[in-house]
Amino acid sequence: MEESGVEIEQETAVDRELNLKGEVCPYTFVRSKLAMEEMEAGQVLRVVLDHLPAVSNVPKSLSLEGEEVLRVEQLNGTDWEVVVRKR
Amino acid sequence: MTGRPGERKTMSFTEEQIGRYDRQILLPDMGREGQERIRNGRVLCVGAGGLGSPVAYYLVAAGVGVLGLMEMDVVDISNLQRQLLHYTDDIGRPKVESAAEKLQALNPEVRLETYATRLTSENALEIIGRYDVVVDACDNFPTRYLVNDACVFLRKPLVHGSVLRFEGQVTTFVPGEGPCYRCVYPTPPAPGEIPSCQEAGVLGAVPGLVGSLQAVEALKLVAGAGESLVGRLVVYDALEMSFRDFVLRRDPDCAVCGDNPTIRELIDYEQFCSVAH
Repeated sequence: MEESGVEIEQETAVDRELNLKGEVCPYTFVRSKLAMEEMEAGQVLRVVLDHLPAVSNVPKSLSLEGEEVLRVEQLNGTDWEVVVRKR
Repeated sequence: MTGRPGERKTMSFTEEQIGRYDRQILLPDMGREGQERIRNGRVLCVGAGGLGSPVAYYLVAAGVGVLGLMEMDVVDISNLQRQLLHYTDDIGRPKVESAAEKLQALNPEVRLETYATRLTSENALEIIGRYDVVVDACDNFPTRYLVNDACVFLRKPLVHGSVLRFEGQVTTFVPGEGPCYRCVYPTPPAPGEIPSCQEAGVLGAVPGLVGSLQAVEALKLVAGAGESLVGRLVVYDALEMSFRDFVLRRDPDCAVCGDNPTIRELIDYEQFCSVAH
């Protein structure tokens, strides 16, 4: 049977959640960075944000720290998630 | 420096003023005349944060006649690590109010003119026009370019300072004597260049040092003492503890101060990063 070619998105297991709604830059990055520092390599952090500049800045800045950004997605009208794996 | 005919006050000081400023009056390159110029001086400090705190403190302590202070922000807890004008109990308060309280307590003789507003193309010429010297103690590019361009148009000396992480810069721009800010940095960073959050990091004493250098340069300009930093960019590297000196030259093709300027009106650039707010 041929494969349909439809990709099934794997649910990434999240090890830690960080709700930073209401927070602005650069606190959003500082909190995310501190959270990642407490995690083991391979673990995944999910950050929820509602400050638009942070949605760009946090993934970029975590990448600069050497972490692997898995996903940046809008959740609803105001909220976004940034999912990052610690290297 | 101030040199407005008819407005010169007499060179008499009260006993209290002599007591307050005796350390400056004693200085060979200052003396009574220098102190008189400082007393007649009108300086605008744009920004009451990390750079503006030492600038304002030292100008007021030295007895500048009028200090204009412009800052639209409210005190936030993250400011207290470096913005020495503001204390824990000031959190939530407009910075100009918090600043004015400390500055006036330090020196009740100085007249403070506060502006709890943002500098824009609409107000810049009018506000800057009221002062003899301007100090750029702001933290964002739109304001920096507005201040520069307005100072070029109005021919006001401008003491520039900036900090990025562990590095600081200071120089003085005097229209007609050297470069302006745009000779060095012709345009602001493009909107697409989102800075990293790491760039918001700073050790409090670094802007403390840079702002203090700015205060010294502003006071020298007002008092007419020493040599200004026109044509020199001093770069401080805190981590390696070094000061380097770079030559800055006026660019004859500069868009605002060059031989054929193309910028003849003030520009309101868009603020694209919330880190500097």
